[in-house]
Amino acid sequence: MKNINKNNLKKILYKMLLIRETDLQISKRYSENEMRCPTHLSIGQECVPSVVGTFTKKKDLCVSSHRSHAHYLGKGGSLKKFISELYGKSTGCSKGRGGSMHLTDPSVGFVGSTAIVSNSIPVGVGLSLSSKILGKKQVTIIYLGDASIEEGVFFESLNFAIVKKIPVIFVCENNFYSVYSPLSVRQPVNRKIYKMVKACHIKSYKKNGNHTHEVISAFLKAKNFVEKNKKPVFLEFQTYRWFEHCGPNLDDHLKYRNPKELLYWKKNDPIKILENYLIKKKWINSNSVQNMRNSITNKIDLAFKYAKKSPFPKKEDLYKNLYK
Amino acid sequence: MQKNHLFQKKKISIKIYINKTMKSRNLKFTKAINEAMILSMKKERKVICYGLGVDDPKRIFNTTNNLKEIFGSKRVFDVPASENALTGIGIGSSLNGLRPVMVHQRLDFFLYAMDQLINGAAKWSYIFGGTSSLPLTIRLIIGRGWGQGPTHSQSLQSLFLHIPGLKIVMPSNSYQAKGLLNAAIFDNNPVLYLEHRWLHNTYSHVPKKFYKLALDQPQIIKKGKDITIVGMGYMTNESIIADKILRSHGIQSEIIDMCVMSPLNLTKVFNSVKKTRNLLVLDTSTSICSLSSEILSQTYRSCFGYLKSKPEILALPHVPQPTSFGLTKNFYNDYTDIIKKVKKILKINKTIKFKNNKRIFHDVPDSNFKGPF
Repeated sequence: MKNINKNNLKKILYKMLLIRETDLQISKRYSENEMRCPTHLSIGQECVPSVVGTFTKKKDLCVSSHRSHAHYLGKGGSLKKFISELYGKSTGCSKGRGGSMHLTDPSVGFVGSTAIVSNSIPVGVGLSLSSKILGKKQVTIIYLGDASIEEGVFFESLNFAIVKKIPVIFVCENNFYSVYSPLSVRQPVNRKIYKMVKACHIKSYKKNGNHTHEVISAFLKAKNFVEKNKKPVFLEFQTYRWFEHCGPNLDDHLKYRNPKELLYWKKNDPIKILENYLIKKKWINSNSVQNMRNSITNKIDLAFKYAKKSPFPKKEDLYKNLYK
Repeated sequence: MQKNHLFQKKKISIKIYINKTMKSRNLKFTKAINEAMILSMKKERKVICYGLGVDDPKRIFNTTNNLKEIFGSKRVFDVPASENALTGIGIGSSLNGLRPVMVHQRLDFFLYAMDQLINGAAKWSYIFGGTSSLPLTIRLIIGRGWGQGPTHSQSLQSLFLHIPGLKIVMPSNSYQAKGLLNAAIFDNNPVLYLEHRWLHNTYSHVPKKFYKLALDQPQIIKKGKDITIVGMGYMTNESIIADKILRSHGIQSEIIDMCVMSPLNLTKVFNSVKKTRNLLVLDTSTSICSLSSEILSQTYRSCFGYLKSKPEILALPHVPQPTSFGLTKNFYNDYTDIIKKVKKILKINKTIKFKNNKRIFHDVPDSNFKGPF
C-alpha cells in the first residue's frame, strides 16, 4: 500500500513517541500535586490515534472520551495548551475549565473530549450530519471504548448513522477493561464487539490496534469507504493500557489483570513494533530515534515550563463563557 | 364558586404592546410557531428541523406544516425514537455550523436525554472556555388534560432552571411564540422552548414579518397598582382572565409573564412589587424547589421592607398528575383560584361574582380540544 511509506511511518512513530513521553512525564510529575484533576493515561494505546492523526486532515473532525490524551495529541492538538489545561491554567486549551477529560483544539479539528462514557458518540454523529447537510468535505472520527457499546446511546447513535447514512468512522479501542471490570462481567464471553455491531447493518471489522501496518490498512480502507459511499463504518482495535485506569501509577499489585496478559501486551508494544520495523528497513537507526526522542523531550519540557509559569484563570473569569 | 372556562368558543385575544407600524393580525399559537419556523428557515439555510413526527400527517399539532414541502427532506426529517442520541446529534450538528430545531411532542419523552442536555449542551460553552457556539433549539410540549396523566403532562421548567448554561423560554401567547422561537433559533446557545399544549388553540396579535424577542427577561403583560401577579405559560392566561374580573371590582393587577426564565432576571418583578407591595406567583407545576418558590424567595430578600402582605404561590399538589377524570377535577388552578388568592392577599371580603358561563369539561381548554392527545 502506497501510504505505508517511510515518511508516514516516521510521522506515526513521532506521534507515538510524543504521546508516550508526554504521558510518562505526566505520570512522573503528578505526585508534585500541581496537576489537580483526574487523569487517564494513554500509555500502551498510542498506535491507533497516531495513525488516525496522520491520515486525517485538520478539517476532519474528532471527538473522544475520558482517555483522550493520545487522541488529542495524535490529531495535532497543542501540547502547551494541553499541559496548561492539566495544571488548570488560563492558557489551557479549555482555559482551565475542563482538565484532562475535557480537551479541545478546534484549530486541528479536535472538537472535544467529554467525561461520561459514550457521551460524545452522538455529538460526533451530529458533527458529521452537519458536514453532510452543508456539503462540507470532512470525515468525523468518533473514539469510543469497549464499555461504550454497553450504553444505550451508542446503539441510538449507531442506528441513526446507519439509517441516515452519516459519513462517520466509529473507532472502538477495546482495551478489555472498564476501570477494574473485565469484559467477561460486562458482555457475553464469546460475542465479538465488531460482529455484534455488524449485525446492525454496518460495515465493521477488527484489527490488532498495536500493529501500525494493520491499523493503517484498516483505517484507510474505512476512510475510503466512508468518503466513497457516504455511509458509516465501525472499526474495533484491540489494545491495552499499561497503567491504572485513572491516575499516574501502575496498578499490577491489585491483581485484577492476569500478569501474563500484561506481559503479552508489553511485548506487543506498538512503539517497539514500529521502531524495529523501521530499523530493519534501515529507514531509521538508533541514533535518529534518539534524536527524535531528544527533540520530543525538549518540547515536552518547554510545555511543562510554560504551563507552570502560566497564571490561573482570574477570579472574575468565573462567570465568563456560561453563554456564548 | 363554580369553575368555568372562558376559552370555550370565544377566541381569547390578548392585547400586547407591539410596534404599531408592524402589520399584525390575530393568529393562532400553532400558526405563529409554524410561521416562525418558515421565516427562520427561509432566512437561514443552516436551520434544520427534526423530531419524531415533524413530517407525519399530523405535523406536531400543525406547527410543522409545509416545512418538508418548502425546505425538503434534507432539512426537515423524521427520526428514530432515540431522544438521548438526538440531543447529542443536535449538539454536534450545531457545533459544526447548523442551527437545529429539535421537536418533542411531550417534554416527558425528552427525559431520556438528560445526559446530553445536562452534561453536554448546557456545559459545552463553559467547560471548553467559550471556544464554540452551540445554537440548538429544543421544543418541548407540555401536555395537560384528557387523562394525560403522570408521564405526559409534566411541566418541568424548574428542573431545567437548576442547570447553568441553558436558556429557557415559555411563551404564553402567539406573539411571544413567534418572537421567542425566532430568537431561540438565532441565539448561539442551547435554548429550551417550553410550549404548553393548552395554548395551542389561543390567539393573539402577531406581526407578519420576522421579529425576535429578547432572551433576557420576563415581560410585563398588564400594568396595575394593587398586586403583582407573576405567571408563566398557560397560567398567565388564567391570570389575564382573573385580572379582567378583578378590574371590574376596582382591583388592578400588574401581570408579569416569565416568558424568559433562564437566564433568570427578576428586576421587573422587584420593581413591580416595590410599587404594588403585594405578590402572587403562579406555577404550572408543583412549588417545591421551583421557579415560583425561587421568585418568591428572591423577591422577599430584595423587597422585604416593601411587602404589605404575605406573598403567596399558587401551584399544583406535590404528587404526579393523576389520569382519572375524577382526580384531575380540582387538580389544576384557574382564574377562580387566582381571584380567591388575590382576595386573601389583599384582605378583600366583598363577594366577587363571575358571569355564569356554560360549563364545559374541566379537562379540556376549549370545545375544539379533543382527545386522545
